[in-house]
Amino acid sequence: MTQIADDHAYLCIEKLSKVYSTRDGEVRALNNVSFTQQRGEFISHVGPSGCGKSTLLMIAAGLIPPSSGEVRVGGRKVDRPRTDIGIVFQSPVLLDWRTALGNIMLQAESRKMNRREASARARELLATVGLSGFEDRFPHELSGGMRQRVSICRALIHNPDHLLMDEPFGALDALTRDQLVLDLQALVSERRMTALFITHSIAEAVFLSDRVIVMTPRPGSIDRIIDIKLPRPRTLAMRETPEFADYSREILELFLARGVLREHRSGAEKESGNERNSGFTRLRTTAR
Amino acid sequence: MSETADSPVFAPRQGDPTVGDSEAGAQRRRRRNIRRDRVGSVIYPIGMMVTLLVVWEAAARLFSIPAYLLPAPSAIVMSMDSNSAVLIKESIGTTLEILLGFALSVGVGVPLALAIYLWRPFARAVYPLLVSSQAVPKVAVAPLFLVWFGFGLMPKVLIAFLIAFFPVVINTAMGLAALEREKIYLARSMGLGPFATFFKIQLPNALPSIFAGLKISITFAVVGAVVGEFVGGQGGLGYLLLIANGNMDTALLFAGIVALTVLGVVLFLLIGLAERLVLPPHAVEHASFGGETM
Ligand SMILES: Nc1ncnc2c1ncn2[C@@H]1O[C@H](COP(=O)(O)OP(=O)(O)O)[C@@H](O)[C@H]1O
Ligand SMILES: [Mg+2]
Repeated sequence: MTQIADDHAYLCIEKLSKVYSTRDGEVRALNNVSFTQQRGEFISHVGPSGCGKSTLLMIAAGLIPPSSGEVRVGGRKVDRPRTDIGIVFQSPVLLDWRTALGNIMLQAESRKMNRREASARARELLATVGLSGFEDRFPHELSGGMRQRVSICRALIHNPDHLLMDEPFGALDALTRDQLVLDLQALVSERRMTALFITHSIAEAVFLSDRVIVMTPRPGSIDRIIDIKLPRPRTLAMRETPEFADYSREILELFLARGVLREHRSGAEKESGNERNSGFTRLRTTAR
Repeated sequence: MSETADSPVFAPRQGDPTVGDSEAGAQRRRRRNIRRDRVGSVIYPIGMMVTLLVVWEAAARLFSIPAYLLPAPSAIVMSMDSNSAVLIKESIGTTLEILLGFALSVGVGVPLALAIYLWRPFARAVYPLLVSSQAVPKVAVAPLFLVWFGFGLMPKVLIAFLIAFFPVVINTAMGLAALEREKIYLARSMGLGPFATFFKIQLPNALPSIFAGLKISITFAVVGAVVGEFVGGQGGLGYLLLIANGNMDTALLFAGIVALTVLGVVLFLLIGLAERLVLPPHAVEHASFGGETM
């Protein structure tokens, strides 16, 4: 906050790389990733699966160490699991033997929060995501979307400085996703929350973010950072506007150029296409 | 997972008026379906058993099978009645051996599993030994225990323990290891220490698996106690079986087998009851009918 050179950034990711050593040799998951995040900013990462998005988030959470580079939060280097965060994983990671409320209260118990206040707040949060009346249900009595909502409430009950989410809606159907994206926007903007959000959905990223960081295929590095200048609060109808489409298109074209997405063309076109852009073909083969 | 497990019960059948019905009505019907299912799971096996007994009784009378070969069920019941005092007395002795053997299995097995889970070098040293030790036929070790520990309670308890502790160790170790990485990550992000993580997350997470081990263990303990009594018994149901055998009193032999079976089932059910008290309802179903849900 005081003497740090990195202007006023809240989160500072600097030259981050991660190499996993596996039985089949070394896997470079992240390569030289640097970016900063301001307080109150919503940043999304989009990229193909396997490009190191989860790895990046886990390193940012202090849960796994980087191979090189560093993470700073408020000017301080992260070298242990951060407890100033709320984290949401791709799966809800609920405890089967605790009710919806009990699962949220685990966070409160761990932090020795006042029980009564926390419980009231947990109920409030559940109501916000449309789950009032489900407080005493066990996870197996809830649908996938409901479970993920509970896990979001668990990540918010302690008013964390930083919300980290790893493809939280990845396993849900489109309609449920839309609803949860709206819920999330409401929760985050109400609290002016700083959030790092990982997704493979272009629409989700554009809809929620102040900035979208597009990742390259493995080893993941930053391809482009896109400022999303759509007004807030964003509405579902906004997804049909030309501005929204332009942002989506920009990301889509990056994916096409990197061979993350491939369009199938007729034979003649394909050949000329390959000749015109040999780098494209090379990337395609390395991506496999 | 649970959706697929429930679907055969919850899915509206064809022509079922559940569809479009009020929530309360549907719930009532669902509950009735479950009850019908439960009743069925009791009625069918009992019906089957009664049928078998009737056929057995009829065959024994019709073909006048000699009683020393195969006594009729009625003869067995009569033998149980006239020998009830002995049966109860010997059952108590055997139960004591089983329970002590089982308690020892849990007392040694759970800490051993913990050590295996928490301390890698120990796991490396002990695990292979433990698994290969299971290749030793424990019945063959029984005479050795007689030599070492005499004819009292001790060798029976030890044999029961020897047979029964392995499933406790394996299931506990497996249950502890089967924790998703995300749950550990979650605990760390909440600032939970290792101790609290263990008691709030890891141990409860392993409980269904531990209980599955305990259920196997208690049935093994019954076998162990009886083997001990066979080899060096001066009492107990196993010893009674030997005596009945020597006297060609096949009806008493069967009576002893029935007593052992009842004992085994009751002990098994007691573990199931403890499980029900400790775990939330659905986890119990998952543990006992786990095979069907996948
Ligand atoms: N614990 C690990 N050990 C070895 N390799 C890993 C590990 N975690 C991830 N990887 C590898 O690192 C790459 C990036 O993984 P991940 O961060 O999960 O990507 P994403 O979340 O973008 O799909 C993948 O190729 C994956 O196989
Ligand atoms: Mg991932």
